[in-house]
Amino acid sequence: MDAILLQILNGLDKGGAYALIALGLTLIFGTLGVVNFAHGALFMLGAFVAVSVREVLTISTKVKDESVTFFEAFKEIPYLELWLGDTGRAIIDWSVPISILIAIPIMLLIGLVMERGLIRHFYRRPHADQILVTFGLAIVVQEIIKAIYGANPIPQPAPEMFEGTANVGALFGLGDNIVYPKWRLVYLGFAAVVIASVFAFLQFTTFGMVVRAGMADRQTVQLLGINITKRFSIVFGLAAVVAGLAGLMYTPILSPNYHMGMDFLVLSFVVVVVGGMGSLPGAVAAGFLLGILQSFASMNEVKQIIPGIDQVIIYLVAMIVLLVRPRGLMGRKGVMED
Amino acid sequence: MQIDKFTPKSDMMMLLGFAAAVLLMPLWLQPFGAAYPDLMQRFAIFGLFAIGFNILFGQTGYLSFGHAAFIGVGSYTTVWIFKLFTLNILPAMVAGVVMSGIFALIIGFICLRRTGIYFSILTLALAQMSYNLAYSVLTPITMGETGLQVEASDPRAWDAPLAEGAVPRTNLFGIEMTDFGGLAGFYICAAILIVGFYIALRITRSPFGSMLRGLKTNQNRMSYTGLNTRPYALAAFVISGMYAGLAGSLMAAMDPLAGAERMQWTASGEVVLMTILGGVGTLIGPFLGAVAIKYFENIFSAIDGAVLTSALDFLPDFLVSGIVPVLSLFVGKGWHLTLGLIFMLVVIFLPGGIMEGYRRIKARFSKQGEE
Amino acid sequence: MSVLEISGVNKTFGGLRALDDVNLKIEEQTVHAVIGPNGAGKSTLLNAVIGKLIPDNGTISFSGNSMIGLKPHKINQLGISRVFQTPEIFADLTIMENMMIPLLAHRDGEFKLNAWKRSDQDADLQEKAAKYLEYVNMLGKSDTHAGSMSRGDKRRLELAMCLSQEPKLLLLDEPTAGMARADTNNTIDLLKKIKADGMTMVIIEHDMHVVFSLADKVSVMAAGHVIVEGSPDEIKVNPKVREAYLGGAEV
Repeated sequence: MDAILLQILNGLDKGGAYALIALGLTLIFGTLGVVNFAHGALFMLGAFVAVSVREVLTISTKVKDESVTFFEAFKEIPYLELWLGDTGRAIIDWSVPISILIAIPIMLLIGLVMERGLIRHFYRRPHADQILVTFGLAIVVQEIIKAIYGANPIPQPAPEMFEGTANVGALFGLGDNIVYPKWRLVYLGFAAVVIASVFAFLQFTTFGMVVRAGMADRQTVQLLGINITKRFSIVFGLAAVVAGLAGLMYTPILSPNYHMGMDFLVLSFVVVVVGGMGSLPGAVAAGFLLGILQSFASMNEVKQIIPGIDQVIIYLVAMIVLLVRPRGLMGRKGVMED
Repeated sequence: MQIDKFTPKSDMMMLLGFAAAVLLMPLWLQPFGAAYPDLMQRFAIFGLFAIGFNILFGQTGYLSFGHAAFIGVGSYTTVWIFKLFTLNILPAMVAGVVMSGIFALIIGFICLRRTGIYFSILTLALAQMSYNLAYSVLTPITMGETGLQVEASDPRAWDAPLAEGAVPRTNLFGIEMTDFGGLAGFYICAAILIVGFYIALRITRSPFGSMLRGLKTNQNRMSYTGLNTRPYALAAFVISGMYAGLAGSLMAAMDPLAGAERMQWTASGEVVLMTILGGVGTLIGPFLGAVAIKYFENIFSAIDGAVLTSALDFLPDFLVSGIVPVLSLFVGKGWHLTLGLIFMLVVIFLPGGIMEGYRRIKARFSKQGEE
Repeated sequence: MSVLEISGVNKTFGGLRALDDVNLKIEEQTVHAVIGPNGAGKSTLLNAVIGKLIPDNGTISFSGNSMIGLKPHKINQLGISRVFQTPEIFADLTIMENMMIPLLAHRDGEFKLNAWKRSDQDADLQEKAAKYLEYVNMLGKSDTHAGSMSRGDKRRLELAMCLSQEPKLLLLDEPTAGMARADTNNTIDLLKKIKADGMTMVIIEHDMHVVFSLADKVSVMAAGHVIVEGSPDEIKVNPKVREAYLGGAEV
C-alpha cells in the first residue's frame, strides 16, 4: 500500500511537467490550429532562464579569506552577499523561485515574438509545413543554447528549506514509510496552481470565453466580428509562459541541458494524443496518468516481470488508446482531423 | 496550366542522365573536393534513403518522423548476419531489407490508423521508443552505447574462420568494399542507388503511384471511388521503410558497425530536410537534397576557429576577432545550427525546394525568350 | 424493379431527429429528385446511403443486398457513385490522372499493388478515359491541372469520373449549387444526356428549374419525413408541399 502511494507521488511531479507542456500544446492546437514542435524548446528556455538568473546573482569577486590566518588566502564571494549579507545569501538560495518573476515577461515576449514573427505566417500553410518550420526552430534554439551554455547539464539547487525529504506518510497519518523529496511536492503544488489559474482564466474572463468559443468553432466567432487572431497571439504567449515556468521549476529535479526540450516534447505529444487533441482537461488528466504509469513501470518489481517496460510504457498506452479510442480519452470530433 | 508530360522516352533519358551523373561522381566531384569514396558513399546511401522517404512523404503526403528507426533495423540486422553467417554483403543486405520491411509493416499498421499530425506524432513516438529500447533492454542485441561490431572471432557459419587478430572486411563475392581505395564500395552503393531510383521511377509512373497521389490530394474522393485507402498508404510506408532499411544496411556494409544514434529523431528529421530541400514529390530532388546536406555537413564540420581566422586573413585584425566567434557558431560542432536554419529558410521561402527553384528560374528565362 | 430500397430508416443526432422513418424506393432508369427545405434531412439521407453515417435502425438495400454498416469504398464497388455539392476531384493531378483513378478502381477493385506497369502505356484505360472525357466534352485538355479549372468544368470532370465506373446508381448532391447560370444550363444538358442513356439517378436539389427539367419522380422531405411523393406535375400543385416550404420560410 505504502509502495503504491509512493509511486503515485513519484509519478505526479513528472506528470505535472507533462501536463503543463501538453496544456500549452493543446491550447495552441485548439486555437491557432498549429502544431508546435518548438514547444519543448520553450520548456527548455524556461529552465535556462533559471540558469541565467543564478549566474547573474552569483557574479563574484575575490575577497581575502579572513578565516585563514597563516597565509594570505582568497575566496570568491558573490557581490550580492558582500553588499546585502544574509539577505543576499537568501536571495541566491531562492534563485529558482525568484527567476519566475523574470521568466514570466521573458517567456511572454519570446512567445509573442515567435507567434508574430514566424507562426502566424503558417496559419494557412499545410500542417506538414507547420511541423517542419517549428521543428527547424526547435533545432536552432537548442543549438544556440548549446553554444552558449555547453552540452553538460548545469545543476540548480532548490532553496535550502526545500532540500531533503518530507515524511508525507506521517503528515497524512499513513505510516512512516512514505518519504518524498520536498521540492517535488513544491513542484506538484506549483503545477496544480498554474493549471488551476489557466483554467480559471479561460473559464471566468471574457477573454477566456472568446478563446474557448474560438476553440469550439473558429469560423462562427470570426463571423461575429471578434478579432480572434489578436487574442490567439496572446494565447501563444500564455502557452509559452506556462511551458517556460514548467521547465524553470523543474530545474532542481532535472539539471537543465540543451536537449531536455525535445525529450519532454515527444512525451508531451503522446500525452496530448492520449488526452485527446484540443481537450484541455484531457491533456491534464493524461499528463498525470502517464506520469504515474511511468513511475509504476520503473519499480524494480515490475521491471523484473517485464524488462524494459519503463522505457516503453507511455508509448504502449498511447498505442492502445489510439487503437481503442482513436480520438483520445477526451477528444472531440472534428478537431484537427483533416 | 499545363504540367510537364512524362513519356517512357523522357523517363529513360532521365534515368540515363541520373546514372551517368552518379557513376561519374569521382570525376565531376573533383573540383568540389568531394571526390573521396567515403563521402561519395554517403551521398549514395542518403540519396537512397531520401528517394525512399519521398515515396511516402512526397507521393502520399504522410509525414513520418520516425524513418531513422528503419535505418537502425537495417544496420543491426546486417551486422548480425556479418557476425553469424558471412561477410558477403548480399545476404546481409537482403536480410536487412526484409527485417526493416517487417518492422515497417508493424509500425505502419499502428500509425496509419490516424492521418495528418496524429500520424507524424505516432511515428515520432514509436521511433523514439525503438531508440530507447535499443539503449536499454535490447542491449544484448544492440550492444547499447558501444554499438554492435564485427569481430574476427565471430562464429561465421558460411565463411572460413579468420585468423586471430585479422580485420574482418565485408565483401561482395570476394571483392572487398575497401578495394580500389574504397571505390569498390562506392560503386556498389552507386549501383544500388541507380536501381533504387529506377524502382522509384516505375512506382511513380504506375497505377499504384497514381493511387498514392490521389491519397495525398483527396482521401474522401478515394473512398467514394471505391478504393480502400489504408492498404495503399501501408504499402507506401513499407516500401519507404525498406528503402530506409537498405540504406541502413549499406551503411553497415561499408563500415561494419551499427549504433543506436542512427535511430535518433535528429536522423529522422534530417531525411525530411533532405527531401524538402531537394523538392518534395520530385524524383531527382530528394537525391539532390541528400547530396547538398551531406556535402555541406562535410565542409562545415571541418571548419574550426583556426581555419576561419586564416581564411579571413585579409581583413583587419579587429574585424577578424569580432567575426570569427560569430561565424564559428555555425561551423564545426555548430553545424546543426546551420542545418536548423537551412531547414527553416527552405520551409519559409522555398517549400518546393531546389527543383522548384530550378523551375522558377527556367520559367523566367523561357518567358524572356518569348518577349 | 427498384434498385435502391430504403425502409424505416431513423437517425438522431443528440435530441434532433434528422431522419424519421424514411421510406424510399428508387426505380431503375428513373431520375428521382429529393427536395425539401433546409434541414429536412436530405443530405443525411444521402450520407446514410453512401456509408458516411450509419442509421440507428431501418434497412437500406441495393439490388437486394443490405448496405447497412458497409464502408464507403465497398458501397461504391457495389455500383453507387456520388457527385458532391462542391466537386470532389483530385485537384493536384492532371485531368487524365483524375480519370485513371476511378477507372483503375473499377477494373482492379478496392486495392491492387500494381506498381510496375506504366499507366500511360495502358491503351485500354487510356481509350476509356478519352471516351468519357469526350462524353462530357472535355477531350483535349487531358494534361491540364484539374485544380485550375472553373467550377463547371470540375463538375463535368467529376461526372466523367463517376460515369467511367459504369455505376448502377448515380447520387447527385445539388449538382448545380454555386454555379453561374450558363454553367447550370450546361450541367442540366449533360445530366439530360446521361438520363437519356439510361442511368438511374437520385438528385438532391434546391433549384426547382433543375428538378422539373430532369426528374421523373419527386419526393418531398420535411423535418426528417418524406411527406409527399409523386410526379413533378403532381408535386407542383400539392398544397402540402407549399406548406412545407412556407413553413421552412423558403419558397
